[in-house]
Amino acid sequence: MGKTLATRMAFGQELIEIAKTNDKFVVCNADTKTCGLEKFGKLFPEREFSFGIAEQNLVGASAGLAACGNKVFLATFAVFASMRACEQVRTFVCYPNLNVTIIGTHAGLQVGGDGATHAAIEDVAIMRSFPNMTVVQPADAVAARALAHAAVDFTGPLYVRLHRNPVADLYDPETYRFEWGKANTVVDYGRDMTMIVSGILLKKALDAANILKEQGIGVRVLDMATIKPLDKEAVITAAKETGAIMTIEDHTIFGGLGSAVSEVVVQNCPVPMEFVGIQDRFGESGDPELIYQDHGMDVDSIVAKAKALAARKRH
Amino acid sequence: MGGSKLSTETERGTQGFAPLQKGMILVNHNYFTQRDVERLEQQAVQIREDIISMIHAAKAGHPGGSLSAVEMVTALYFHVMNIDPQNPRWEDRDRFILSKGHSCPVMYAALARRGYFDPSVLTTLRQYHSILQGHPDMNKTPGVDMTAGSLGNGLSVGVGMALSAKLHHKDYMTYVMLGDGEIQEGMVWEAAMAANHHDLKNLVAIVDCNGVQINGWVNDIMTVEPLADKWRSFGWNVVEVNGHNMKDVLTALHTAKTMRHPTAILMRTVKGKGVSFMEDDCAWHGAPPDDEQMVKAIAEIQEGGVV
Repeated sequence: MGKTLATRMAFGQELIEIAKTNDKFVVCNADTKTCGLEKFGKLFPEREFSFGIAEQNLVGASAGLAACGNKVFLATFAVFASMRACEQVRTFVCYPNLNVTIIGTHAGLQVGGDGATHAAIEDVAIMRSFPNMTVVQPADAVAARALAHAAVDFTGPLYVRLHRNPVADLYDPETYRFEWGKANTVVDYGRDMTMIVSGILLKKALDAANILKEQGIGVRVLDMATIKPLDKEAVITAAKETGAIMTIEDHTIFGGLGSAVSEVVVQNCPVPMEFVGIQDRFGESGDPELIYQDHGMDVDSIVAKAKALAARKRH
Repeated sequence: MGGSKLSTETERGTQGFAPLQKGMILVNHNYFTQRDVERLEQQAVQIREDIISMIHAAKAGHPGGSLSAVEMVTALYFHVMNIDPQNPRWEDRDRFILSKGHSCPVMYAALARRGYFDPSVLTTLRQYHSILQGHPDMNKTPGVDMTAGSLGNGLSVGVGMALSAKLHHKDYMTYVMLGDGEIQEGMVWEAAMAANHHDLKNLVAIVDCNGVQINGWVNDIMTVEPLADKWRSFGWNVVEVNGHNMKDVLTALHTAKTMRHPTAILMRTVKGKGVSFMEDDCAWHGAPPDDEQMVKAIAEIQEGGVV
């Protein structure tokens, strides 16, 4: 524990490790620094294809490779994968249900300095709206490595959402197991509410849960690594057992994890909800922590919103 | 042979077609016989009839760009491509991507007549639960190698298929048919750049230069000329042919297989070819014939025979 690594680098490095003994997948790159896979071609020249600064062609060619039976990993920034090549992902990967894993890096406001153009804040909403698509997001480097193994064995369109900057390891590599479509209960301090988190904000959720615990509010924290298909059972159980749900994500509050969870909650067990995420504004350059604060996504804000939610639940 | 109208040819010349390029290389090593040509020309008549019948039955569809591509699609499916209708997903087969996916009636007719499915299915085009979608779906129609329909995407997919052939040391060819209006899409040129970069001599782009897109003449709406120069400047070998001359088409396809670079076959065609009232008229880009028009069209196709 105590180690820090960006989820994107953990995923990319692990994929390179896997490739040393597994030649059953190829990598398609655009010319960006995504997740360390830029050097895949130097290590495995036959199994890497580079397409330069042309993301639509990157996705289209990946679809062609997949249509010939290859398992394809393609890597680019999440903004470009989800928007520049949006239609190629939808119509040529998802519609024909091809075996392409789209690695979208530089997700959310954590991008920091690069600013709004490079911070993907809508990608989950876009990707999860496509039939056949599976959407996953690891919370730390340990989860990202486990996900790399799972992704290699996965068949079908897959979107892997990764963050740019290093984050502290939360999971123990000895005990962590990734399971498709299953929420992971990280802590269960009581039945006052459930925080459902996806991605690197898990750390903030856990910090907030610990503070709330000391203040007498018992929180269950679920890590929802798979955003689609969503673990409906875990959501319904959380709603029934804790009576209030807060979603936390580094993504606009429209269309992402919060929306996915609320779709399940309102149909099955309506309870008060609170959505922590990007407040329908674009990102900007700066220290990610300050930007998170500005959107009410820092630990103090999460604690305050949790208290308000607990109060709403009591009324 | 030679049924095309001279006046139309002249008119099209003024509407923006570059003259035939000098130095065009064509190779013919007894790749086909006169008997092959005659057989394919007869097959093309059947395909034209099918196109009219299915679009009439569907009461929707795209006759213009289907009819312009008949000779090329017939040549590919009935002579050139190494394919097995009994095993549509045979991994060593040649691939065909109809990037101008709205012209799928021509491909569906060819697939049916080649034995991929029963020709009686053709008239289910565009119906609910039909295997024949309004645009090609690789998971619904046997023999369709790639889903298509959104213009500008097919050549990129072809790049991926050609790369896969190289990766697995297979010698199949990948053919991608595009419309001349379609190449206004920028992504086509991303793919063209990549094909040259990755040295994909196993990739052939076939541009159906019928000169017409949905709202008028291509070069009135957004000029694509100088077309041959564009492809050459992207590192492609360029062959220009009359797309309604079966010999020309076969020769061009054979030439493409022998080249050291990806080849673009720019085939000059007439939109709506074979049906007088549909020819060169953008109104027939995406309109079905009514009962009377269908009878007239089929009669013309049968009378006209080989175009």
